[in-house]
Amino acid sequence: MKFSIYRFDPDTDATPYMQDYDIELEPADRMLLDALVRIKTVDDSLSLRRSCREGVCGSDGMNINGRNGLACITPLTGLKEPVELRPLPGLPVIRDLIVDMTQFFKQYHSIKPYLINNDPPPETERLQSPAERAELDGLYECILCACCSTACPSFWWNPDKFVGPAGLLQAYRFLADSRDQATAERLDYLEDPYRLFRCHTIMNCADVCPKGLNPTNAIESIKDMMVKRTV
Amino acid sequence: MVKRTVRLTTGANYGLRDWLGQRVTAVVMAVFILCLAGALLVAPPQGYAGWKAIFANQWMRIAAFLFLVSLFWHAWIGVRNILMDYVHATGVRLTLQILVILSLLFYTVWSAEILWSA
Repeated sequence: MKFSIYRFDPDTDATPYMQDYDIELEPADRMLLDALVRIKTVDDSLSLRRSCREGVCGSDGMNINGRNGLACITPLTGLKEPVELRPLPGLPVIRDLIVDMTQFFKQYHSIKPYLINNDPPPETERLQSPAERAELDGLYECILCACCSTACPSFWWNPDKFVGPAGLLQAYRFLADSRDQATAERLDYLEDPYRLFRCHTIMNCADVCPKGLNPTNAIESIKDMMVKRTV
Repeated sequence: MVKRTVRLTTGANYGLRDWLGQRVTAVVMAVFILCLAGALLVAPPQGYAGWKAIFANQWMRIAAFLFLVSLFWHAWIGVRNILMDYVHATGVRLTLQILVILSLLFYTVWSAEILWSA
């Protein structure tokens, strides 16, 4: 199977280049990550992140034939050859397919991704009704692989100011949580021309999410909450 | 009613206002265009005199002015968004924004002049 992979080693290369590989696959190689591991047996200088190899850790996000996705859950069958692999767009490249996620996580931390509740902790859990719990479905499953945010032009232009789809999905995850008490502060933080409103609803995020989540819906829900409290 | 706490001292706090403003002005424009198109289809004006008669009505002038003000306001929000995305030098951006505001204000006065002069 033929591959064309983005290579860049800051120690030796002045500019990035594409390297072609043609490898023999084993019958057990079903996913793109299997093929990449196979390539590493031939060329161990190829660098990429990967860990759980089953779409849970979110390490191996990359641009596959022009579309962001996780290598470990992308089947090899159906991929157009040569399979063109590039690092996630918009983030600084550290080496080959490895990108610097600092900016991405800075935005994630900015929305305070934890429950804020100032009541004294109860004897047992803070209970939710099944309906309240259901509000969190489609929000809590995010694995922070950055496929969505790096597919978003608004995030490319303003990664330091726009929170990005992944961060906003998590912002809504806590706004929607019945146990959270910081709704007003969270909305205040987002009511700015950049942090939330750089989203122009082009839905690249929902299109690429490997977990099938819809950050655009969450963003629309945040806007709804803001309109309701203001108007 | 939501009990308001002290607002956080972060950001410019006009995100929602602009976003909502863009949508409201879009609705105003859409309604005006549909009504005007409907009226023109039902009774197509004949020549200059016919067109002049349509805009001789005071309500028509007010509606057209409302449409144009919505258009300029809508344009301001959109153009500022573009400038925020692509012009990163603050001085250049401020200059361009002032030029856009002045042009739009000029257009507003000019459209009033056109609508009410005849």
